[in-house]
Formats: sequence, structure tokens, C-alpha cells
Amino acid sequence: MIRDHKPKAVLILSLPVFWLLGKLQGSISPYYYQIIIYIGINIILASSLNLINGFAGQFSLGHAGFMAIGAYTSALITSLIGAGGGLPTPLVFLPALAGGGAAASVCGLLVGIPTLRLKGDYLAITTLGMGEIIRVIIQNLDFLGGARGFTGIAKMTDFFWVYSIAALLIYLLYNLLHSTYGIGYLAVRDDEIAAESAGISATRIKVSAFIIGAFFAGIAGGLYAHFVTYINPAQFGFLRSFEIVVMVVIGGMGSITGVIFSALILTILPEALRAVAMYRMVIYALLLVVIMIARPGGLFAFGSGRKKATASAAR
Amino acid sequence: MSEFFQQVINGVSLGSIYALIALGYTMIYGVLGFINFAHGDVFMVGAFVGYYLGPLIMPLTGEATIPAGLAVMLAAMIVCSALGVTIEKIAYRPLRSRPKLTILITAIGVSLFLEYGGQLVFGPDPKLFPELIPSAAIIDSSDLVINTNSIIVITTALALMLILRFIVFGTRMGTAIRAVAFNHQTAGLMGINIDRVISLTFVLGSSLAAAAAILYASVYPSINPLMGIFPGLKAFIAAVLGGIGNLTGAAIGGMIIGLTETFVTGYISPAFRDAIAFGILILILLFRPSGILRRHETEKV
Repeated sequence: MIRDHKPKAVLILSLPVFWLLGKLQGSISPYYYQIIIYIGINIILASSLNLINGFAGQFSLGHAGFMAIGAYTSALITSLIGAGGGLPTPLVFLPALAGGGAAASVCGLLVGIPTLRLKGDYLAITTLGMGEIIRVIIQNLDFLGGARGFTGIAKMTDFFWVYSIAALLIYLLYNLLHSTYGIGYLAVRDDEIAAESAGISATRIKVSAFIIGAFFAGIAGGLYAHFVTYINPAQFGFLRSFEIVVMVVIGGMGSITGVIFSALILTILPEALRAVAMYRMVIYALLLVVIMIARPGGLFAFGSGRKKATASAAR
Repeated sequence: MSEFFQQVINGVSLGSIYALIALGYTMIYGVLGFINFAHGDVFMVGAFVGYYLGPLIMPLTGEATIPAGLAVMLAAMIVCSALGVTIEKIAYRPLRSRPKLTILITAIGVSLFLEYGGQLVFGPDPKLFPELIPSAAIIDSSDLVINTNSIIVITTALALMLILRFIVFGTRMGTAIRAVAFNHQTAGLMGINIDRVISLTFVLGSSLAAAAAILYASVYPSINPLMGIFPGLKAFIAAVLGGIGNLTGAAIGGMIIGLTETFVTGYISPAFRDAIAFGILILILLFRPSGILRRHETEKV
């Protein structure tokens, strides 16, 4: 495989640009700023779910659970280290996000192992159940605030953090999809038995997809927690998971750019169409059905990544 | 001791409701091989049909009597059958030959559509279900209360299960359903109209869900458009627990889930009420993924 340096160059160039753009955040209205941050967080969530659902073909409905774990863990870490005070933000926030991601990926591992024996429908329900169990457990943990929620989280998330992490994730996914190892994901998705007989360990593929996907969902949770500064278990119910799934499916499972695009549009659209906000979920639901019948590769998947990948993504 | 007995009564009545819903999951899974995610929402629609039709049918008999309750239940069953068949025709039939994941996502889409469409049509706030089934205490001591409605729930559910059993195992239609569940192609070659059999399965499954909804709402009278999600998921877990595709298994699974849930709520903590079923699901999938009553199938290449 020919080494392609272009994505790395794009990544390295994009970081200072994001940093400079971040400087402007004071000059736009807080409302637009909030939407921009949510777009970034949703891009991270949808892209990380895309790795599990789209690349590895393991239909998961528990992404909000991973997000919750990341959000609570990182909030706990910043409230513990931050309490001492005096430390500059990156020194607190980076370990907090990493800790949140790590905790979520441990959970991803725990979800990944039993799911090795499960397929399709069973997997979907089990992951949905895992997400709910996580929510119920958090609801009953008093030191996390229980159902009342976790308050007083320091506001640390800003434009630069969100978008550099999003860029990093996309870079990672792009390279993965174009590596020999990454082809293993697509192979397992397309035909597990054939992939196994070609020497790919489906076990490792599936578990690693869950670990990496959960890691970034955890980080997204951390970013979210440190932006809204107040979290409670109800924010991470399965409707949240469904929303992320909708983004991935509409964007095109297995399509990197398609999912970014749909995360962008599906975050802006409800804001732009406030008047018909009550119809939002009904429209999403109809879109899911119509897309599955008419265009199972997704709305926004215009031959990105591997062509075959999107065409057979809906397996 | 009487508290234990009380929990058993509550558990059996809840379990028999779950069993009715689980039967629908298991039949549809048997014939089409996928989870009809929207089944729990068909259940919800059944409850709302009862909510709107109850006050219309009730006055005919004057008060809450068993015939009136049965009439409302029958109406809900008819409406939900039509809904189930329509869902199958519009959303699932065009996808029958497509990959499983496509149908799964479609089913989730249909489910969300019914939930949020329900919020638009019925309004998102909870409503009080009218008292359709006469509810009087048969035994009412200080620590044990047995109402007529829990007895009616259990007997109605049992009767419906027996009727279903008769339809599936004792009629030509039932033989056709079992043949299609066994093998689509061969059943087609034997002259069975597969589309019609699948529609019929949806009629049976959805009408059981509607009946379950009327019974459920009579015991837990607060209804809302999202009420189908958890009973639906739990009933699905019951179907998996019993061995999906197996009717007796679904009934047993429903009972187990209902009893466990009631006991956990009563003796441990109500906070874990909704999580306990998922815990059971994970255990069963780890240790006996084919369920209690089903032989393990090896995957063919």
C-alpha cells in the first residue's frame, strides 16, 4: 500500500487553523457558538459509532452509555484535580478526557466480549440494554449525584479542543480504512466466516472496534460535560443513542465524509427549523425507513472512502 | 408469607401480559427472522385505542363489565391488526430479500415513527386509562389484596394463549404458518401463499399485543406514547429467554421476566426495575443463547 501523506498534512495544518478560529469564539453569539460546539461533538460521536456500526458491521445501540461513562468520569477527574486549583486547563482537561475515554473503552471491552457471540438483532438489543444498565447504575450512585445530576463542572471545552479531537479521530479513521488492518473490519462486516477463513481474527476486529469507538464516545461525553457544566443520567438515555445511529445511517454507514456531513446537517436542521421542532423525530424516523428502502448506502455517501464499502454497508 | 403471595399474584399477572407481547415477537421472528422493533409501539397504539373507544363502548352496558371490556379489547385487536399488516406491507415487505441489518434499521425507524407520531397525535403527556375491567377486591386483608382485575388479566391472557396455540397447531392456517417458519421457499413450492401467511402472522401478533395493552392499561392506568418501549423490550427479552420462535418458550419467558421484575421491585429496589430484564438478557445470551426451549443452530456457510 502506498503511503499517503496528504491526510497527515491536512491534520497538522488544520490544528493551528482551529486554534486561530478558536480565538474568534468571543466574537460570535453564544447561541451560534453552542451549535458549532455541538456539531463538533456530534461529529465525534457519529464518527466513532461509524467505526462500530459502519466499518465493523456490529450494530450497536448503546453509544449514549459510553458517552455517559466518559462524561461522568472526566467530570469526576476535573472536580478532583481541579479542586486543588492553580493547574493550567490543559493539564487538568487532557487527563480528564483521557480518563473518560479509557473508562468508556473498558466498558466497550466489557460490551465487546459478550457480543462476539451475538449478531444483528441480538447485538442491537444487548447494547441497548447495556446502555440502559449504565444509566440506571449512574442514577443510583450517590457520589455522582444520582438522578439529580452532577453539577458545577468546570467549563473547559472550547472550539479548539472539540475540533482538534474531531480532526484526530477522522484522521485515525481515514488511515484505518486505508490500512491492511482496516480492511479486516470491512471483511468481518461483509462476511465474517469468509474473513475468519482468510486468517482475520473476527474477535479482535470486533473488540477493537468497540474499544476505539467507545474511547472516542467517552471523550465526546467529556467534552459535552465540560461544555454544558451540568449532566444528569436522563441526558444519556437510549434516545440519544438512537439520534447518533440516525446520523450514521443517514450519512451512510462506513462513509467517513457522509457521516460528518449528516452530523453537521442533523445538528443544524433542528435549530433552523425550530417552528417544526415537534416533527423532528417523526421526520428522522420516516427518513430512516425511506432511506433503508430507497438508498441503503445513506444520503450523503458520495463515493467516499472505498466505493464498495458504502454500497454493501447496510449488511 | 402473604407479602410473598401478593408478589406472586402481581408477578404472574404482569408476566402473563409480557407473555402475550412475547408471543407476537416470537411468531414474527419465526416467520420473518427479524425482531419487529415496532411491536412494543403497536402495543402502545392498542392502549390508546382502548382509551378513545372505551368511553364510547362503555355506556352501552352502563358500567365496567367484562363483556364491555372484551368488546373494547376486540376493537383494539382489530385496529392493531390492521396497523401491523400495514407496517409489514409498507416497510418490511420491500426489504424482505435485503440484508438483515437493513430490516433492523427500518424496524427501528417504524418504532420511532409510531412513538413520535403518537406524541403528535395523542399528545406527549400521560393520560388516565378508563376503568374497563371491573376492579373490586376479592380478598382484602391488611397485607394481602387480590383484585378482580388481576384475576381477569391472568385468565384472559391464558385463554388467548390457548386460542393461539389452537390456531397454530390445530388449523390449516397454523400449519401454513409453521411451514413458512420452517422454510420460505419450500413452503412456497407447496402452494402456500407466503405473503398472506406473513400478513396473518402480523394479524395474530399485533392483536395479541393489543389485548396485552388493554390488560396492561387496566392494571397500570397511566398511558403515554412512549409506554410501549419498556414492555416491548422486556417481552422481547422474554421471547429470547424462552427460545425465540418457540411459543411455549415465549409464555414461560414472559412469566419468568414478570416474576423476577416484581420480586426485584418488591424485595430489593424499584430503581432496578427496568434494568433487571437487560441483566437477564445478557446472562442468557452468555450462557444459553438459544434460550431455554430451543436447540442450538449452527450457522451454515
